[in-house]
Amino acid sequence: MTAAIHLGLGDVAATLALVAIAVAVAIWERTDLEGDIAVAVARSFVQLTAIGFVIDAIFDSDSILWVAVLLAVMVVFGAFTARGRAKRVPHAFWPLLLALATAATATLALVLALGVFPATARYLVPVGGMVIGNAMTASAVALNRLGDDVHDAVGRIEATLALGATSTEAIRPIARRSLRSGMIPLIDSTKTTGLIFFPGTMVGMLLAGASPVDAVRLQLVLLYLLLGAVALATLLAVLLSRRAFFTAEHQLRELPAPQLTPGA
Amino acid sequence: MLFELEDVTATRAGRVVFEGLYGRLCEGATGIVGPSGVGKSTLLRLLNRLADPVVGSVRHRGRDLRDADVLALRRDVGLVPQLPALLEGTVADNVVYGPRLAGRAADLAASLSLAGLDPAFGPRRAAALSVGEQQRVMLARTLALEPSVLLLDEPTSALDDAAKAAIETTLRELRDRLGLSLVLVTHDLEQAARLAGRVLALGPEGLREVSAAVFRSQ
Repeated sequence: MTAAIHLGLGDVAATLALVAIAVAVAIWERTDLEGDIAVAVARSFVQLTAIGFVIDAIFDSDSILWVAVLLAVMVVFGAFTARGRAKRVPHAFWPLLLALATAATATLALVLALGVFPATARYLVPVGGMVIGNAMTASAVALNRLGDDVHDAVGRIEATLALGATSTEAIRPIARRSLRSGMIPLIDSTKTTGLIFFPGTMVGMLLAGASPVDAVRLQLVLLYLLLGAVALATLLAVLLSRRAFFTAEHQLRELPAPQLTPGA
Repeated sequence: MLFELEDVTATRAGRVVFEGLYGRLCEGATGIVGPSGVGKSTLLRLLNRLADPVVGSVRHRGRDLRDADVLALRRDVGLVPQLPALLEGTVADNVVYGPRLAGRAADLAASLSLAGLDPAFGPRRAAALSVGEQQRVMLARTLALEPSVLLLDEPTSALDDAAKAAIETTLRELRDRLGLSLVLVTHDLEQAARLAGRVLALGPEGLREVSAAVFRSQ
């Protein structure tokens, strides 16, 4: 790298001017979002600052054990967050935890085994974080769809069971659609990358002074890695969650009514 | 005995629908009548184990349903639900679905004819049919499994009078020609009387036989 960017807190504070525009729009159009924007700004500042110190400490120690601990914490938080989006899927936490953990472990192990990245904290932390974050979003979308579709298709599922279908067979079309809805956003953004938007890693590397060729290659590696991770995570999340809708005797369990939380 | 219920308590959506229910359903055609919400559909669901009772037992031809292989049971005790709920795809896709899962060949034309549909319906898209036609496809795909018992949940409730009469004719033919046992749930006592040799009323006091005198007074 030829140069690194050093930003002071004053530079960060200056960009609050753009947040002010967002708040102004919210107030002007009465979208009732100004509180959410304030919370988002405050949380992002606190969370990113905190994780910045944590990553700094881990980079200094360069201990694989601490990397593993940090990624494990991310997986647990990711599973909690995704479960919040999958309210209509019973007991979604454990399938999500397993899905995220497996996706992160398998993809990181593969890129290390292929020698794409060295096994150091500087590579594993950001790449692991991206994998877990994308896997979380995709799994949450997939399970959200799964829960909604099962609730909407109770009649069709039971009619299919009544024909002697197993629970796996009866839910198959719905599971397939859920998988698709989890994976399509990343596939679409991979298709349009470089045309409609510049992905974050590439932007970061260019800003940090890397050559465009290096920036592009790293971005491609990450995109392909994410495709694999997201496919694995959504597949596991859907396959493991669908069982919770049925008894061992291929009966659809009674589904709880959706719990609507105020403001949600 | 086709079905025997012994001290059966069933719940739905966390609510007790009926409790301590006893009853015997003979081979042949039985109608089950009663007002909405009394648990007629719930009772039907117990007979092919789409649900199990929370207390008590259901026996089918002398055997506790819980001892039966649930998939084989559902192929032999076919349930046609109240509203059409077809799979995406063609009529033929729907009709061959059950037999294919069971590893059997399906006679598409025969199944459609039994349900009163022309075999030319096979390639048509299921979702594009009228409700009455869809209800016949529901019947055809159940018949494709060659069941010995048909459970019918308000089979004509979504249909107009002409379609209703036509479905009733089809059901009578199935009963008489194939010797299928029918359990017909309906809120319409006259329809039960037209289709079934024996009619039971489900109410808060349990399953009670409805006498022929009551039919005539309707």
